[in-house]
Amino acid sequence: MALVDVRNLTRIFDVSKPWLNRVVERRGKSYLTAVSDVSFEIAERSVYALVGESGSGKSTIGKMLVGLLGPSEGAVEIRGTDLARETDAAKVDAVRRDIQMIFQDPFASLNPRWRVRDIIVEPVAARGGDTTGMAERLLEQVGLSAKDAGKFPHEFSGGQRQRICIARALASEPKLIVCDEPTSALDVSVQAQVLNLMSDLKDEFGLTYLFISHDLTVVQHMADRIGVLYLGRLVEEAAPDALFDDPKHPYSQMLLAAAPQLDNFGREVPPPTGEIPDPINPPKGCAFHPRCPLAEDVCSQTRPEMREIRGARVACHMAE
Amino acid sequence: MTGAILSIRNLTVEIPTRYGILRPVNGVSYDIAAGEILGVVGESGAGKSMAGNAVIGLLTPPAHIASGEIHVGGTRVDQLKGDAMRRLRGKEIGMVFQDPLTSLNPLLRIGDQLTETMLAHLDISRAEADRRAVAALEEVGIPGAAERVGSYPHEFSGGMRQRVVIALALCAEPSLVIADEPTTALDVSVQAQIIALLKRLCRERGTAVMLITHDMGVIAEAADRVAVMYAGKLAELGPVRDVITQPRHPYTYGLMGSTPLASRGKDRLHQIPGAMPRLDALPEGCAFHPRCPKAQDACRRTPEPKMDGRAACFFPMVGEAVA
Repeated sequence: MALVDVRNLTRIFDVSKPWLNRVVERRGKSYLTAVSDVSFEIAERSVYALVGESGSGKSTIGKMLVGLLGPSEGAVEIRGTDLARETDAAKVDAVRRDIQMIFQDPFASLNPRWRVRDIIVEPVAARGGDTTGMAERLLEQVGLSAKDAGKFPHEFSGGQRQRICIARALASEPKLIVCDEPTSALDVSVQAQVLNLMSDLKDEFGLTYLFISHDLTVVQHMADRIGVLYLGRLVEEAAPDALFDDPKHPYSQMLLAAAPQLDNFGREVPPPTGEIPDPINPPKGCAFHPRCPLAEDVCSQTRPEMREIRGARVACHMAE
Repeated sequence: MTGAILSIRNLTVEIPTRYGILRPVNGVSYDIAAGEILGVVGESGAGKSMAGNAVIGLLTPPAHIASGEIHVGGTRVDQLKGDAMRRLRGKEIGMVFQDPLTSLNPLLRIGDQLTETMLAHLDISRAEADRRAVAALEEVGIPGAAERVGSYPHEFSGGMRQRVVIALALCAEPSLVIADEPTTALDVSVQAQIIALLKRLCRERGTAVMLITHDMGVIAEAADRVAVMYAGKLAELGPVRDVITQPRHPYTYGLMGSTPLASRGKDRLHQIPGAMPRLDALPEGCAFHPRCPKAQDACRRTPEPKMDGRAACFFPMVGEAVA
């Protein structure tokens, strides 16, 4: 059984103007659909990556997985428990214990007034667990020194802080860690250190990662399965090799062609056209049709269902 | 130097502090020829932006140019002050910053921002400036340019704003453009559009470009030559293909190896141990030696290695292609 089962997940935000403005300007309410009917499964001990450009809903999905946001429709089931609807508090607590999160900005996600020791053991201390020697052990596991436990976050560099965030995430011995752009604030050489560390820890502790990123090369390096998001919809899901060698959805093809690559000197390719449309008024039918080279009438009328094509799941009428 | 639009010689930028003098740029020399794109790469704190700001005279005091020379189009510019510098800025040197929202005035229509720049630097009439503003927006690929000159910056998306900033940097027809992380704030597909635009405009006009970025992929695709900086000094300078496929300096080698690449599969990434030293605690000798796998005694002593051919290293790597 899959560790995480996401079914028809939808999240709608109310982005209406204040009541008085709506009355004076005679406007209705407006809603932004950040995530729209997304379904996928994450197998135990695997790395599932979500990629997409800004506004594609990848972070919103991550937040719904850990329970920071509730779904508007659909469900997230972790080990068969739907956190948003489960009424048995003990069961919810047991599942929550298994989920941790690593955020993008290691400067904003550590309390500057707490010592590193207190930061790291907090997930366990908050549940009343025994924390003696835990911070020191975890610090050494993530490649820092046990002496660092008494220091404050400002004494560390960005890469070291991200290691502290990882140590904190490991403290409660989770099964699933949601990593929201864990290396995009870091330099390349530090990014390599953190990615290697994350791979090692995954093997050591049997972790499952949901890895959220906009960087295709990082995703390709880390993931076992990749989901490509566009405007809140999952457009393609495939294994890394299948996705990078043979992208089926026209948006995946565009994204891969646009990504800068080290071995493409002075490459001259026509850059992609157009931009991501306004998510408050997304295009009818397939959200990608206004920019799509393959688009036909059906694309502007009906939203494509997910189909299996050569081991990948693709939401496109035209792809084959 | 003939043919070089920008020529930097032994540039040193100093910041006096209570704890001593910091040198974020230390003895850097390079040239950029007309129509050439020089990529400047390095990690945060390597001094790549400082060098760019020094050229255009935007160092924030107490940072200042302590020694060295900067020539733009044959004129020495590092000692210019006040009005003389202001005439140069915008006219001879255009600048594109990382964040397009903060480099546009939110209270002025973009057409007015363009005409203001042109009227300040070029001897043309108001009507001519208006006409050129529309042409400039068309050239950077803004649809419906004639209508959009009347729009404010907030009415544009991030990618469109960066196009406006590029139009603004190029409207006075400068011979040198400094682009400081122009695509870092943008999405992948928009980044590809902006890089293609920058390349096309520079080729058509023969503008020299200093492209400052930390993204090796962007450099590989856009630059003709690349300068790798480490702790304020040049580590390596050479044609982009050579530097990326056969780096000489161990730092460049490490940097290339730590970039995830499709062809390398899922093997562990190459790691450079440690982090870049702080400017107030630079090690003696070569600044890279504590992290360098090839370091020997000579590297730990002053004098540090000078640029010799392509790399500043006593024991450069030869014929070791990045796996």
